[in-house]
Amino acid sequence: MPKREDISKILIIGSGPIVIGQACEFDYSGTQACKALREEGYEIVLVNSNPATVMTDPEVADRTYLEPLTFEFVSQVIDREKPDALLPTVGGQTALNLAVELAEGGVLEKNNVEMIGAKLMSVKVAEDRLLFKEAMKEIGLATPESAVAENMRDAERVIERIGFPAVIRPSFTLGGSGGGIAYNSEEYLEIVARGLDLSPVHQVLVEQSVLGWKEFELEVMRDVRDNVVIICSIENFDPMGVHTGDSITVAPAQTLTDREYQRMRDAAVAVIRKVGVETGGSNIQFAVNPENGELVVIEMNPRVSRSSALASKATGFPIAKIAAKLAVGYTLDEIPNDITRKTPASFEPMLDYVVVKIPKWAFEKFREAEPLLGTQMKSVGEVMAIGRTFKEALLKGIRSLETGKDPGSEFIDPERVRYHLVTPNPDRLPNLLYALSNGMDVEEITRITGMDPWFINELAEIAALARELGSGTLGGLSPDKLLEAKRCGFSDDRLAGLLGSDASAVSDRRRELGIRPVYKRVDTCAAEFESFTPYFYSTYEEEDEAAPTDRRKIIILGSGPNRIGQGIEFDYCCCHASFALKEAGFETIMLNCNPETVSTDYDTSDRLYFEPLTLEDVLHVVEVEKPEGVIVQFGGQTPLNLALELQSAGVPIIGTSPQSIDLAEDRKRFGRLLSDLGIPQPPNGTAVTSEQARAAAEEIGYPVLVRPSYVLGGRAMVIVYDDRALDDYMKEAVEVSRKRPILIDRFLEDAMEIDVDALCDSERVVIGGIMQHIEEAGIHSGDSSCVLPAERLSDNSRDTIRRHTRDLAKDLDVVGLMNVQFAVQDEIVYVLEVNPRASRTVPFVSKATGVPLAKVAARLMIGEPLSSFDLPEELEIFHYFVKSPVFPFARFPGVDTILGPEMKSTGEVMGIDDTFGKAFIKAQISAGTILPRSGMAFLSVNEHDKRFLAEIGSALRDMDFKILATSGTADMLRNAGIETESVFKVNEGRPNIEDRIRSGDVDLVVNTPLGRESHFDEKAIRRAAMQYRIPCITTISGAQAAVNGIRDLQRESLTVRTLQEYHAEMKTARARS
Amino acid sequence: MKATLLLEDGRVFRGSGHGFEGEAVGEVVFNTSMSGYQEILTDPSYAGQIVTMTYPLIGNTGVNTEDVESRRPFLEAFVVRRMSPHPSNWRMTEPLGDYLERNRIPAIADIDTRALVRHIRTKGAMRAVLSLIDDDLESLSAKVSGSPEMVGRDLAGAVTAKEAYEAPTDAVEFIEFANLDAGKTRFRVVAYDFGIKTNILRDLVHCGADVRVVPASTSAADVLDLNPDGIFLSNGPGDPEAVDYAVGNIRKLIGSKPVFGICLGHQIMALALGGRTFKLKYGHHGGNHPVMNVDTGRVEITAQNHGFAVDPDSLDDEEVRITHINLNDQTIEGIEHRRLPAFSVQYHPEASPGPHDSYYLFEKFFRLMRDA
Ligand SMILES: Nc1ncnc2c1ncn2[C@@H]1O[C@H](COP(=O)(O)OP(=O)(O)O)[C@@H](O)[C@H]1O
Ligand SMILES: Nc1ncnc2c1ncn2[C@@H]1O[C@H](COP(=O)(O)OP(=O)(O)O)[C@@H](O)[C@H]1O
Ligand SMILES: [Mg+2]
Ligand SMILES: [Mg+2]
Repeated sequence: MPKREDISKILIIGSGPIVIGQACEFDYSGTQACKALREEGYEIVLVNSNPATVMTDPEVADRTYLEPLTFEFVSQVIDREKPDALLPTVGGQTALNLAVELAEGGVLEKNNVEMIGAKLMSVKVAEDRLLFKEAMKEIGLATPESAVAENMRDAERVIERIGFPAVIRPSFTLGGSGGGIAYNSEEYLEIVARGLDLSPVHQVLVEQSVLGWKEFELEVMRDVRDNVVIICSIENFDPMGVHTGDSITVAPAQTLTDREYQRMRDAAVAVIRKVGVETGGSNIQFAVNPENGELVVIEMNPRVSRSSALASKATGFPIAKIAAKLAVGYTLDEIPNDITRKTPASFEPMLDYVVVKIPKWAFEKFREAEPLLGTQMKSVGEVMAIGRTFKEALLKGIRSLETGKDPGSEFIDPERVRYHLVTPNPDRLPNLLYALSNGMDVEEITRITGMDPWFINELAEIAALARELGSGTLGGLSPDKLLEAKRCGFSDDRLAGLLGSDASAVSDRRRELGIRPVYKRVDTCAAEFESFTPYFYSTYEEEDEAAPTDRRKIIILGSGPNRIGQGIEFDYCCCHASFALKEAGFETIMLNCNPETVSTDYDTSDRLYFEPLTLEDVLHVVEVEKPEGVIVQFGGQTPLNLALELQSAGVPIIGTSPQSIDLAEDRKRFGRLLSDLGIPQPPNGTAVTSEQARAAAEEIGYPVLVRPSYVLGGRAMVIVYDDRALDDYMKEAVEVSRKRPILIDRFLEDAMEIDVDALCDSERVVIGGIMQHIEEAGIHSGDSSCVLPAERLSDNSRDTIRRHTRDLAKDLDVVGLMNVQFAVQDEIVYVLEVNPRASRTVPFVSKATGVPLAKVAARLMIGEPLSSFDLPEELEIFHYFVKSPVFPFARFPGVDTILGPEMKSTGEVMGIDDTFGKAFIKAQISAGTILPRSGMAFLSVNEHDKRFLAEIGSALRDMDFKILATSGTADMLRNAGIETESVFKVNEGRPNIEDRIRSGDVDLVVNTPLGRESHFDEKAIRRAAMQYRIPCITTISGAQAAVNGIRDLQRESLTVRTLQEYHAEMKTARARS
Repeated sequence: MKATLLLEDGRVFRGSGHGFEGEAVGEVVFNTSMSGYQEILTDPSYAGQIVTMTYPLIGNTGVNTEDVESRRPFLEAFVVRRMSPHPSNWRMTEPLGDYLERNRIPAIADIDTRALVRHIRTKGAMRAVLSLIDDDLESLSAKVSGSPEMVGRDLAGAVTAKEAYEAPTDAVEFIEFANLDAGKTRFRVVAYDFGIKTNILRDLVHCGADVRVVPASTSAADVLDLNPDGIFLSNGPGDPEAVDYAVGNIRKLIGSKPVFGICLGHQIMALALGGRTFKLKYGHHGGNHPVMNVDTGRVEITAQNHGFAVDPDSLDDEEVRITHINLNDQTIEGIEHRRLPAFSVQYHPEASPGPHDSYYLFEKFFRLMRDA
């Protein structure tokens, strides 16, 4: 069927900020959908609050709303745009939920908007666990038995039938939090009680457990003619009980016979038909009893998902793109397979390789949370690796993870190995390998982990080979053995570790023997047809299919797995570099290992190498491609860490030289440079031992900020007030960074932090944006809200910042992008750090200014001068743009929500409006904090912040808020003439503040950390606020901004506008000025 | 143990030997199915062929007693990237390597199977020798050139049952979600065995047939003597044009009773209706081929295994209608007589291995018998 002509304007809803469980895979799918539909001539209206995405680039959709993803705002968009259709299936759960709300709220009907891709009823059947189970029953498919409980009595009755262990899921909690698995009635009653309490509707679902069963996923597509195809099967290495997002997964399924697989396929086809997803992709999860093959359906996601992104990358079949085309009426057979060109999309991809996905967690950032895995996803990113065998793919995956530790050198506590095997946790894989190398047998491991023996046996082979290699030397290693090791997937680094040699010696020996990888294509068809898409993975085989061209080409190194501190922003920059260089006539080659991203879409660059970002793997690609240049500036710290070694291996790094990069990271040399330039820096020193640290701190003066060098996201960075804390820190720090020294800085209190992004061609400098942080220095820049333009900065400081930025860029010979962080204390401008690379804020600034900084930077790196871009010395800003972070605290029970110099946020949103207040409010709403217009505000601030108390209290009172405070604060407020109600602290009696929050009396919490004594109290308040979704502000500057915003909110309502409109207004204004 | 695979055009692959310590010649082809190696091994249509699996990990689930398509493996030799030494599956009774050894099938592993597949794709399926006992290229080369060409080869005659037999009725049923109207009334079907797969019999029985399987050379008169309600033409190996004796018999039978053919049975039906067949460059072997049902406009994902195809220009448009087309290369996948109750498909609605999308064809056969 040809595409539909009765619709012309389509609304697409994005997935908003990156959060755990919803990451850049939705930028990938959303971008694909936008592109695919525009290609067909549809007008695309996009709403997404996440500025760091490629999909919100003004060129990707016709009209782009960077507005909050809430019912009110999207209703306004619909009202304003009157789209013909809404595609809700490419923006994750966020878009789907929102679409349901819009449909049920009558907004779609009123505006004559048709939901395409999935209809309301299908979404409801798929999403409502009870309706879904009912539907499955009707088609004869089993699901784990379950029942709903609304009170403890229900719960006790229900468990009789369900039995132990039981899975408990509270209804409608944030990120599914509060659920768990109960093995006995004590645990059960405890979890149910907590679940009932957490659930806003006081309801939990109790489900029979199929713990330890094999878990599988199928990616299914369907078109309007009811053609159904399976794109990919995925098998979880971790059995049921570990969320698929936290499981190591393998494609295709490894341990099913055809009969079992086809039965699952039949079930999947039946499910998608029954649920009634008319067109597009769905993900269906199954569990299989390893004892007898019994099959149960776990759930269905009637939309593209994290797994569908993985499946797309794993097979070469672009699910989101095809789903979008199916949604407008095409059938699968009418859409060509891009890769083979001659065959249609109505087929099932066949792999002739194995794909392994490994999650990456960030438990080290949330120390109070136990690092345990369960039915709720905890990972923040993932890597994918492709190999010809499972072993090869797994080992490539492990080295893609960038754990910072050499594989095999992880710290393993022999006493705890069994615990680590039995209890799913992030370190299970190294513990498995350790157990196998130390004689635990496969059967035993299988029994205690529930993992399929096939996988454990594969690991055992790796362990055995490692042990064999470990008993020899490089000199004694036969060429055959070396080849075997490489075919098994061992890196030179790992081999060096085993052989007691170094990586370069292993590499030299390999080269001498002619052992090097070849590149094979991902072609959807196992080589049955010719492939036209250069999408590669390395392996040790006979035939090479790389066939490099002799065009002028540039390799762009990606940023690897998402993690806190290095996420989608860097992928955005890499993609932009690729787009820009393509426009400039170069062949672009992307190298990355993150399956969620736009950069690993084979459509983004001319050639794609899905490879780990290690020196060895990068060098191999460079040797084959012989590029004119390699770009390390856009992928965050990952490629930067390789820069010097790549350069000394003769790789042409373009842009800012690795020496300059290194200089900026090197405390001593950088300090000298700053003093030469006359730029103040917080007094600082370095230390390797505790003694040195104490001495340095003494000289600098407490409080000090300590951290290891060469890390991103402020990892392991803390503010230290005394010697004892310093000693503690030094002890631990050694684990994080063994070779490099600890950096110690004077902590600048009450300083305003400023972020600057600038472009430089080594001669001229263009300042992209001077961003003022809302929170003071000491809160990591990634965790702080910031505003463009910097509204509180004095002209004087602003000029100083400009001057310093220009001096630094020129002195460091920056070619491309540079980011400088400043702290302004008492009108003195200090430089905190300089990053001669793309920063987290580049997409934000690009969207605010309408100038694609990363694109320009890429062009500078190939030698074009800044003068060819017609840019002013400093990009002007005509509206208010606020960036706000989004935190994963809800996923980590027991973790305090307090902010500090170590980054904790996973994503960000952008609010745009004419005033700072309105832009701030929008950003807050997008980040999930709905500031109240009125009601009761609870204030509790530390000594230091008391001087601002009256200001904030009276502002709130003037806006008709009632004020609540604990005794000390209350006295002070009353003294300032502000009427205040007193409330007990948590340990003073009841009802205390926590009770008041839980009873719904409080609408806004301002709570700045008081220090150690009241730690417990505060934490309880903040957790309660989070649980009840009450805005909780933990800094004074944040409170001031919020007050500002509430004031604007009371005065006028918020409206929506497109990014394109903002940019057009900007142009007019610029022309006028 | 070492093994050598030498192709007719001189291309050599050396790897490790598995299974039977011997050697075999045959036409080397590739199959892209990611699962179902056991069914592939026991599919008689692979007689005369050396089968390369494109999926690199083979043997993960071992071998069991149920997933068999005939009494023994029929292919000549087996080529894989990795032979899994530690199978795991709840139904597994034996590792694949042991099974191959017991059934005297030599196998090679640890070679660049993708390179081999690409070679076959560009050069075409060709003869080859796989040896675990000889690595001398000259002598191997002589063995290849001494081996028969696929074109003109009647292999159906070699694999067919020597005696007629009644299909067992206690066959296990595998299709669990297809909404079947499993027949109450029993029909009598005579199935020509050109290399029949057991799952065809299971499906026929399940749909309500008592099936008499007869040897490939059974005469039309003998078949009619059995007084069947319908006649089934099975899949099988080799060149259809070489099975001329069957073509003659089928020509006589078409029109007398409803006839349904699969794969080689389809080609024989086309020949009986006056068509011709030709050899494809590297054939279709796999479980993902999209086939368009011309009547419904819907696409079926099909299991395929054939090296020859029916020439569309050879069919008399007045008599024969094309009902199914392969969307990858537009070759004929199904035909139907315009007036008489006879139809056939090139692919495998019985799947095993492969998707169950085309099961409805069995129902169609039963409808024809009911309406006859
Ligand atoms: N009945 C069950 N028994 C054991 N584990 C389960 C059960 N149901 C779900 N799980 C585990 O919990 C994970 C998350 O459950 P799922 O229903 O897929 O929710 P989500 O919507 O969060 O993906 C699954 O991936 C699976 O490992
Ligand atoms: N000397 C200092 N005084 C106050 N705050 C500081 C100081 N140095 C760093 N910070 C705070 O710590 C955060 C992280 O430090 P930064 O050097 O930017 O590390 P990263 O490399 O992780 O971005 C900064 O955003 C800032 O808020
Ligand atoms: Mg799930
Ligand atoms: Mg920083």
